[in-house]
Amino acid sequence: MTDTELARVACEIRKGIIVGTHAAKSGHPGGSLSAADLFAYLYFEEMNVRPEEPRWDGRDRFVLSKGHTAPGLYAALAERGFFPKEDLATLRHVGSHLQGHPNMNDTPGVDMSTGSLGQGISAAVGMALSAKHWGDPWRVYTLLGDGEVEEGQVWEAAMFAGNHALDNLVVIVDHNGLQIDGTIEEVNSAMPIADKFRAFKFHVIELADGNDMAQIRAAFAEARGVVGRPVCIVAETVKGKGVSFMEGQVGWHGKAPNDEQYEQAMAELEAAGKEL
Amino acid sequence: MADVKKIATRQSYGEALVELGAEHDDFVVLDADLAAATQTGKFKAAYPDRFFDCGIAEQNLMGVAAGIAATGRVAFASTFAMFAAGRAFEQVRNSIGYPHLGVKIGATHAGISVGEDGATHQCNEDIALMRSIPGMTVVVPADDVEARAAVRAAYETDGPVYLRLGRLAVPVFNDPATYEFRLGKGVLLREGTDVTIVACGLMVQAALEAAGTLAERGVSAEVINIHTVKPLDEELVRASAAKTGRVVTCEEHSVIGGLGDAVLSALAECPVPVRKLGVRDVFGESGPAADLLHKYGLDAEGVVREVEALLA
Repeated sequence: MTDTELARVACEIRKGIIVGTHAAKSGHPGGSLSAADLFAYLYFEEMNVRPEEPRWDGRDRFVLSKGHTAPGLYAALAERGFFPKEDLATLRHVGSHLQGHPNMNDTPGVDMSTGSLGQGISAAVGMALSAKHWGDPWRVYTLLGDGEVEEGQVWEAAMFAGNHALDNLVVIVDHNGLQIDGTIEEVNSAMPIADKFRAFKFHVIELADGNDMAQIRAAFAEARGVVGRPVCIVAETVKGKGVSFMEGQVGWHGKAPNDEQYEQAMAELEAAGKEL
Repeated sequence: MADVKKIATRQSYGEALVELGAEHDDFVVLDADLAAATQTGKFKAAYPDRFFDCGIAEQNLMGVAAGIAATGRVAFASTFAMFAAGRAFEQVRNSIGYPHLGVKIGATHAGISVGEDGATHQCNEDIALMRSIPGMTVVVPADDVEARAAVRAAYETDGPVYLRLGRLAVPVFNDPATYEFRLGKGVLLREGTDVTIVACGLMVQAALEAAGTLAERGVSAEVINIHTVKPLDEELVRASAAKTGRVVTCEEHSVIGGLGDAVLSALAECPVPVRKLGVRDVFGESGPAADLLHKYGLDAEGVVREVEALLA
């Protein structure tokens, strides 16, 4: 796909995020929107997956370590054809396969159950180790929040990945600068994040604009060429990206749009999509 | 008893892994810098390329094991019970239990028979923690023969399994030639009519000895070995309780949330008097294992005392 086509996909994913969280009357739009472009690139360009055969052995794996941004993952999976887009409106409803945080046994295309921060990266490391040990060619991707890296388990996992030279693993940090209680600096900064992953023997790629498709493409292309070390892409993003009143606002970490906000957000995204 | 062979179930675990490794290559063994103590070092020596040391990082140990299992393979994850069930509880619950992944947790050094290391390392809460996780199988082998069989059964069954293993060498009373292990099925070791003693782990041997003493005093005790605390063989426990009318549970674990409470729950609808022998809501302490077991009443003498208190 071209960068423009991928940007259109990201716009559709953003609409899916708004639809899901609005219908759920809860959920996490901010960090879902910041990562929408990453979801689009991963599922439409980077990863080898088969929507018609979600558990195909040879697929690349994705672990949403920042599991609260499930609305973004679900919108990407639906857009990619793993399940009908209509399902997005059932998010967080009783009986829906779209749980508040991802569950691999509920949703086609979800490779690991996540939601408790810091745990997804360990599972991704285990998958990468499994692929290395048994000689599988597939790759493993995991997306973390920049608040999530405050969890000690993240660094236990990073230590192991670096020491085992898991070059089939790509850790992506969605560096949008905000967590629930405020900015990363205000709460308990883990920065500089890039330097920390370097210290843990990662090849680090600093992605200046993680909402720009050309830059995302370049980062993942570089990641593919890395041998002998795991890769960490630190992606600078804007929380709430694509919806004017959510951008850069801590308050939209875990709040759903009301009817009026829903209309405005969808109108903005519709217009943005047409401009592409 | 001097001529009875004694083997710690952690040793059985390490040796069983080596045997299993000769038959299957679709599993790996993980540890957290305790390979000598947990005895996974035996597997490491036999199959160095199939062993991974996660270092002193138990949360990641469980997560990596979960990731391996999510790719359709089996991972044995080993550390002390305190760190497996305690420190990494939430990783076991969310990354292994919730997705029902095939991680087999080999948790050694459970209970106060850890001995000299003292309270920080004596996990008397792990059965309670692990049986609270939906879909988790909890196995507490009583001797070498049972532990070896349990390792094999854990590998062969789907989903997560918690194997509770001990540091202390304990008598081998099962006959490997005739012993048959079935997950979820208790073993009736001795028939009796006056009281049912339900035990797990090293308390099974104590219960058998106690039954002998009780027989000399005119009390006919039935002894049931519950190696699988979850799922509990409720049918066997209920039938025996209905027959004898009295139950004593015995475990090297807190009386809160362990085998005793599992048995009590099973008997709630057919109430009979039950006494729970275990660690009484206190922390352990340092000392030789045998001395500690005696002090806390977790030996044959303690079982006899408990039964006689119930009969009184």
